[in-house]
Amino acid sequence: MSSHTVEAPLSETAERRAVTGAPGATPDNRWVIVTRGIKREYDMGGEVVRALRGVDLAISRNEYVAIMGPSGSGKSTLMNIVGCLDTPNAGEYWLNGQLVSTMTDDALARVRNKEIGFVFQTFNLLPRATALHNVELPLVYAGIGSDERRRRAKLALEKVQLENRMDHRPNELSGGQRQRVAIARALVNDPSMLLADEPTGNLDSGTSEEIMRVFETLASSGQTVVMVTHEPDIAAHARRVVVLRDGLISTDEKREAFTSRLGAS
Amino acid sequence: MSLLQAVRLAWETIRVQKLKSFFTVIGVTIGVTFLIAVVSIVAGMSRYMKDDLIGKIIAVNSFSLRRTPDFQVGDVTQATRAEWRRRPRIYDSDVQPVADVLPSDILWATQSEDNVTLESSYAKSRVSDASAVSSGWFDLKHMGVTDGRLISPQEYQLGTPVVVIGKDVADHFFPNLNPIGRVLTIHDLPYTVVGVAESQGSIFGQSLDKFVVAPEKSPLKRLLVQHGTIDAMIIQAPSDDRMRDAMESVRAVMRGRHHLHPSQPDNFALETSESALDFWNNIQKYLTIAGVALPTVGLVVGAIVIMNIMLVAVAERTREIGIRKALGARRRDILNQFLVESATLSTLGAALGVALGIGFAKLIAAVSPLPAAVAVWSIFVGVGIGAGVGMMAGIYPASRAALLDPIAAMRQET
Repeated sequence: MSSHTVEAPLSETAERRAVTGAPGATPDNRWVIVTRGIKREYDMGGEVVRALRGVDLAISRNEYVAIMGPSGSGKSTLMNIVGCLDTPNAGEYWLNGQLVSTMTDDALARVRNKEIGFVFQTFNLLPRATALHNVELPLVYAGIGSDERRRRAKLALEKVQLENRMDHRPNELSGGQRQRVAIARALVNDPSMLLADEPTGNLDSGTSEEIMRVFETLASSGQTVVMVTHEPDIAAHARRVVVLRDGLISTDEKREAFTSRLGAS
Repeated sequence: MSLLQAVRLAWETIRVQKLKSFFTVIGVTIGVTFLIAVVSIVAGMSRYMKDDLIGKIIAVNSFSLRRTPDFQVGDVTQATRAEWRRRPRIYDSDVQPVADVLPSDILWATQSEDNVTLESSYAKSRVSDASAVSSGWFDLKHMGVTDGRLISPQEYQLGTPVVVIGKDVADHFFPNLNPIGRVLTIHDLPYTVVGVAESQGSIFGQSLDKFVVAPEKSPLKRLLVQHGTIDAMIIQAPSDDRMRDAMESVRAVMRGRHHLHPSQPDNFALETSESALDFWNNIQKYLTIAGVALPTVGLVVGAIVIMNIMLVAVAERTREIGIRKALGARRRDILNQFLVESATLSTLGAALGVALGIGFAKLIAAVSPLPAAVAVWSIFVGVGIGAGVGMMAGIYPASRAALLDPIAAMRQET
């Protein structure tokens, strides 16, 4: 990881007051993501690049949030921190009530395994493993036994309607099917949130809609979904859009659900 | 990820790339093959030496009195050889004084030996080993006859030109005939065959049945040694302790006869089967060192090869490692995955090496006189070496993999 300096945290009362959307409260079970004053800087050959300059964000359970922003806005950096792949230089991040921003690598790995369901633009499936084995992978690292793993993986594949393809390898699946396997993998450990990074970036418009319907179904059934995208069409599916600009949140708007957009399917 | 899962994962990865995996471990395989083969052959030779050979050449609980030793441990210097040349021979006249100090239940015999040319009317002449011996000799050697009889006491007494011949001599010089009573000519003198000895077997493929034995007092002795001398006096006791006592008595007698000062060392040799065994143990030690050192070099090279190929594998699978970490693999999970893969690869290579080594040793035992005894412990050592080499070779690549940053790793192109 790139070099890190950590600033001292604020006092407890200052913390509580600063948490957006939760006045005077410590982060409780209602909130999946609470960040306060997140800063992330990189040292690029002498020059300091400030990717995030103090981001305060709160996302509660069952929200469907899109994070938008142009290239260089810091949205990828924010996603990495929210996804516990990176830790901030300053500020705090509570995930499900746990302070993760100062955790060790091993502890973060455990949190990622249990709480985060990643869905990547490039699918990131293991090419030589079957769909079933790909979906089982988070359970392997959670230490689950093989029978239980198979059971849960099959259930997850059923949720994305791919149980009849579970013995296929990724190269035997279409782009849309691969992403659905990735979504099943993200769901298999019952995470606190799905964290999707441009999930339709490598798909055509028809398949993109198909995948967005999957996310909608999951969001409707109670899953917290955080989707990072630069496409307004995709962001429009979410109930709330957070726009980042130059390392800070520029707008944060809630919207009505777009049931009319989805049609009967 | 549990150990069993890691092994299964390693197995899958190896299975998909069988040929590449084979070439990765070829150094280890070859190293272990030769290690097993050498250890088996040396162990087999050792057993053969101790059980068969030494017992055949030198009877148990026996020693011989000679002018110079037959078996020498280590190098013989010029000075030693010069001293040997100065030594007095063992004379006929030494025999009785030595025999006098031996208790009556101690067997003894004299022996004089050399190569002679044999002839018969029925076959081409050939050079063979010949011995002129005293009457206790056949007893001492536990040698009997399959045909005819041994030399009689009278024949010993009179020095009658009779011989007991070995099976090979009988087959060659009297083909399809009964040799008993027929004549074998030794350096133009006729000897009557009175018996054919039991087969003595063979050493390293060489037959031990190419010999003739005549009484000491017969003309043969003059062909073998200087007049008035003998090559050796062989003495056998019922037990090791009695043998050592007898040795000391004989030593005292000979030292007296040679007028040796207490400070002077023996100028004659008293040799037991121990000397022969020491001789072998020395050879065995050097053989084993060489036989282990060279394959070890192969193993070191093998380890370096494995390490390099694992480094390449880690570089090629960087994206996969990033994905696994994103999904919750800790550093130690990644470390274990690659360490186990490396160790599994190497162990499989070593197992193949063990199989090849055993096959190689058996092949050598079948086509050459060298025996091979596969020691079970060497199999475990071979496989253990495989696992160990794999783990050591894999540590560096595995730790590189474990320390990868998942974000950067996932950006790698496949």
